[in-house]
Formats: sequence, structure tokens, C-alpha cells
Amino acid sequence: MRKRLLTLLPPALVALGVLFVPLDMFAATPVTRQFTVQASQFAFDPPTLRVNRGDRVVITLEATDVVHGLYLDEYDVNVRVEPGLSKQIEFVAEKTGKFRYRCSVSCGSLHPFMIGELVVMPNDAFARAVGLTLVAALAALVYLSRFPPGEA
Amino acid sequence: MSESRLDLLTRFPWLKEAIKSRLWQPAAMLLTLSFFVLVILTGLLGTPAGSRNFGIIFVWIVWWAVLIIVLIPFFGRLWCAVCPIPGPGEWLQRRGIISRVPGKLRSLGWRWPRPLRNIWLQNAGFLMMAMFSTIILTRPLLTGWLLLGFLLLSVLFSILFQNRVFCRYVCPVGGFIGLYSLLSPLELRVKDVAVCREHKTKDCLVGTSCSYGCPWLVYPGTLKRNAYCGLCAECVRACPKDNIGLNLRPFGSDLLVDKERRMDEAFKAFIMLSCSLLYSVVLLGPWGWLKALANMETVSGWALYATGFLVVNLLVVPGLFWLTTVLARHLSGLHASVHRLFVDHAYGLVPLGLAGWIAFSLSFIFVNGSYVIPVLSDPFGWGWDLIGTSRVAWTPLALGFLPALQVITLLVGLVFSITTLYRIAQQHSSAFAGHALVSSGDRAWWATLPTAGFATGVTLLFLWIFLG
Repeated sequence: MRKRLLTLLPPALVALGVLFVPLDMFAATPVTRQFTVQASQFAFDPPTLRVNRGDRVVITLEATDVVHGLYLDEYDVNVRVEPGLSKQIEFVAEKTGKFRYRCSVSCGSLHPFMIGELVVMPNDAFARAVGLTLVAALAALVYLSRFPPGEA
Repeated sequence: MSESRLDLLTRFPWLKEAIKSRLWQPAAMLLTLSFFVLVILTGLLGTPAGSRNFGIIFVWIVWWAVLIIVLIPFFGRLWCAVCPIPGPGEWLQRRGIISRVPGKLRSLGWRWPRPLRNIWLQNAGFLMMAMFSTIILTRPLLTGWLLLGFLLLSVLFSILFQNRVFCRYVCPVGGFIGLYSLLSPLELRVKDVAVCREHKTKDCLVGTSCSYGCPWLVYPGTLKRNAYCGLCAECVRACPKDNIGLNLRPFGSDLLVDKERRMDEAFKAFIMLSCSLLYSVVLLGPWGWLKALANMETVSGWALYATGFLVVNLLVVPGLFWLTTVLARHLSGLHASVHRLFVDHAYGLVPLGLAGWIAFSLSFIFVNGSYVIPVLSDPFGWGWDLIGTSRVAWTPLALGFLPALQVITLLVGLVFSITTLYRIAQQHSSAFAGHALVSSGDRAWWATLPTAGFATGVTLLFLWIFLG
């Protein structure tokens, strides 16, 4: 049992490092980023917005066909826009990662899947998840080579 | 099999009494049938807005989530035991619902064609449904007709064939439940095979005065995997020797049963893995053009989408895995044919496939789960307010936890898959250990390296879709 735990210790330490090492050492200077997002059944255009942490994000939302909404996960943003009109949304991108923005007004059959993405860099969550995946796969292979199942 | 088992029927006598009762299964089926009828009615007659329709919300969010996150991983085919679809047909065959009606089952007694005694038909049915899934998932009318169609087809099969031929060979949902139930920690198995061998009347197959023969056409005496056991417990009621147990066992035990692996099931594993990836890309991704193709906005666009869908499912993913097994064979020096390694190692992808589906389904529940509350009050979307909740607004829940849950789910699936792939490779390498220059463990490790790489690549693809 002690040998098994010792084998798992190095990958566990690496995994902790992957989870907690600071990734914003090369953070860009915050700027204001303006986007015009057009909502139409059942897509946002552009589909993906990329900003850096600390940026002030200004989104002008326009609906081109029917009434749409924009709900941004974890950013407490939820607006509704009528066709032919526009709404402006402003917020500071303080949380990093990928956040989906969704239509929040029932707009037709594919409404629940009308989704766009705001990626706030550095995307720590993705980088850490990739790191953990590689550590887990390698740890599993090392563990299996040292302690093959079914062998004493 | 040396792995430990705990027979729940011996440990908990009350459970044995409950399972032996003829009441629980029809009672559960009548309950699910009442929901099913409401789903069909709301689908056919209710609002076309999916998010306000009971049928769409309860089938594609509630039922799907419970099935894929709870029932399949922990209880295997338990859903099949309470599924409403075969109910009416089975009751027609039996001429009763609860009691054992004397005499044979009433049907035309046709025999299911031998070339179709596999799950290729279920693979094709699932692919067909999956190609249309974007419109089925969002159109209550289509969902209603589809489920009504399943019900009628099941009745028709019950008239033509004996027992649950529809469930065993046709139902597209039953196909993947069967594959993923190999992972479940629950199994119905005989306690002592010798007792069955010596018992000549085979009551579990032909039935008794108080039980029917196995509706799934399975002989428990030789049953080694969950894939085709519907957990109806008819065999428990039938066995005069008290030789059937309901065992708790390690997760994934059936994936290591090496004698019954087949190409049709291997392809089911690829199809399920591919579909979970494709669903995540199409439904959770930001690409409107792709949704438009899947949404059948033009016939030519959908044809393009369907072609791509089939190519990924039937050529790209299996093809890449084939190359992986070629490499595994080359690196390890295993003597088994590439075909054999390809089929066997495909079972190693089952944990990752299920993890992919769970991760995908978590998005649905967290984001759209709140639609359940208003449709309970207004199931048809006709402006009713039965319990005063019809105006509860859509509110995504706890989205801050979602990525972490998805990552944990995928990592568990990946490690489980790698371990299973290694153990499958061990089964091949042990046969040649005596002649090998390297140990069987080394051979297994080298055989696992490429397939583990494949599984890791698929996991990274999921992560990119969800978080990247």
C-alpha cells in the first residue's frame, strides 16, 4: 500500500501545481473592447468574443428578426432587444474562462440552443483542465505499469 | 470471476420479497405509462414551443438526465424494467397485467430472423434518430409522434413475436442502455452454475404457474453480462432452487468478460462516443450555421449534415481507433488479429463514452432544468396555471460549478477507460506470456499506450468544446 501511495504522490503533487499555479503572469493591460452582436434565429454573430481579464466590454446587441435576449453566464447580464432596435451592455470582464451567452427570450424551436461564447483570457479553467487530464492519463499509465491489476 | 459480489437478496430479505412480488413492475410501468401518455398528448396537442411543452421538457431534460446520470451508471437496465413502451404489448401477450395468467403467451409466435439477432438494427435506429435529433428535441409534435410510433411498433412486435423482441433487437434506446449497463454495479446472476446445469425443467426460461419465462430470451444459467438482462426479475420469481441473486459488484465488471465481445457492440461504443461529441458541438457550440444545417432549414444542408454525421460515426472515429489498435499491436507484439484487438479494445471506451454523455447532459440540466417548474403548472402550454408556477422564469442554476463537474466526470471516465483498456490488453497478453521476450505486463502496457492516447485525445476534445 505504501509503494502504491508513493507512486501516486508525484502525480498528485503535479496535479496540485496544475490546479494552483498562477497563470496570469503575462496579463495584458486592460482596454475597452466594443462589439456589435447581431441576434437572429438561432445564432449570435459574431459567435465568439475574446477579451482579456480586466477589459471593459461594451456590447451593442441588435435583433434582426424577432425579439431576442442575451443572458451571459455568471456575469449577471440579461437584456432583451426588439427587432430593429439595439441595446448596449457594459461590464468589466473580471472572471476568466469561457462563458456562454444565451438567448433569454423564447424565439423559436432552437431557442434553448441559441448560444454564443465570451472567452476571457487567460482561460485558466481550460488550461488547468488540460493539464489535469494529461497528469491523470500519465499517472494511470505509470500506476498500471508498476501495479498491474490482478497481479500481487 | 474472482471479484467480490454482495447478494442484496440474501443481505436484505425484504428486498427479495419485494422483487418476487408480481406487483412492483406493473405498478411502476403503469406510473411511467401515465407520464408517457401525457408526454404524447402534450406533444401532439400542446404548444409548439418546446420550452413550454411538458413532453419536450420531461422527455429530453428530466427523463434523459435521470437515465444517463443516475439509472444507467448505478442500476444498469433498471429503466427497461419499468419502461412504458413494451407495457401494452406485453400485457396483450399475457392477457393480464399483474397475475400470471395460465397458458402460453398470445402472439403469432414468429421467430426473429437469425441475421438480425444482434444490435446492428439498434445501431442503425439510434443513428437515424440522432441525425434528426436537433428537430426531434425541439419540436413537441415530432417527439409526440415518435414516442407514439415506438408504442405502436412495440405492440405490433408483441403481436408478431413472443416476448420482448422489440426491446431486445429493435429499441434504439435499449441498445445503448444495454452497452452502458456493462458498467453498472448491479447484476442479476445465478449463484451456482452447477445447480442450473443439473436443473432440467429450466423454469426461468419457460416459466412456472406463478412466473413467465424470461421476456428477454436470456437463460440466466449462462448469463455473464448485463447487456441483455432487463432486470425484470421474472427469473427470481421462477427459480425453485432460489439460485438467482441480485449482486452488488465493482463498476465495469462486464467489460472484462472476454468471450462475448462482438463487432455490433463495439460499433455501438463508437457511435455513442461520436454522438456525444457531435451533440456537444452542434447543440452547445456557438456555430449557428451548423445548427441551421442540423435544423433542416434546407434539405441539401441537412443532407450535408447527415452525411458528415454518418462519416464521423461510422468512418472517422472507428477508423482512427482501428489505426490505434494497429499501432498497439505493433508496439506490443500481441499475436491477436487487429480485428480482434479492435473489437475488444472498443469496450475500453465505454466508460469515457458514458462520461461524455453525462458531461453533455449536465449542461442541459443546469441551464434548462428550471423549465420543469412552469410546465408542471401548464403542461400543454395553453395558459393553465394548475399549481401556480406557470410564470416562473427561466433561471440557469449554479453555472459556476458546471465546468468543474464536467471536468471531474470526464477525468473519472478517462482513468476508468485507461484502466479497462489495460485490463483488456492483459487478457490478450497473458496468452503469450510464456513465449514472450517481454513480460505480459509490459505487452499490455505497450498495447494500452496508443489506445490510452486515443481516449486522452477524445477527452481533450470534450474539454475544448466545454471550456476551451
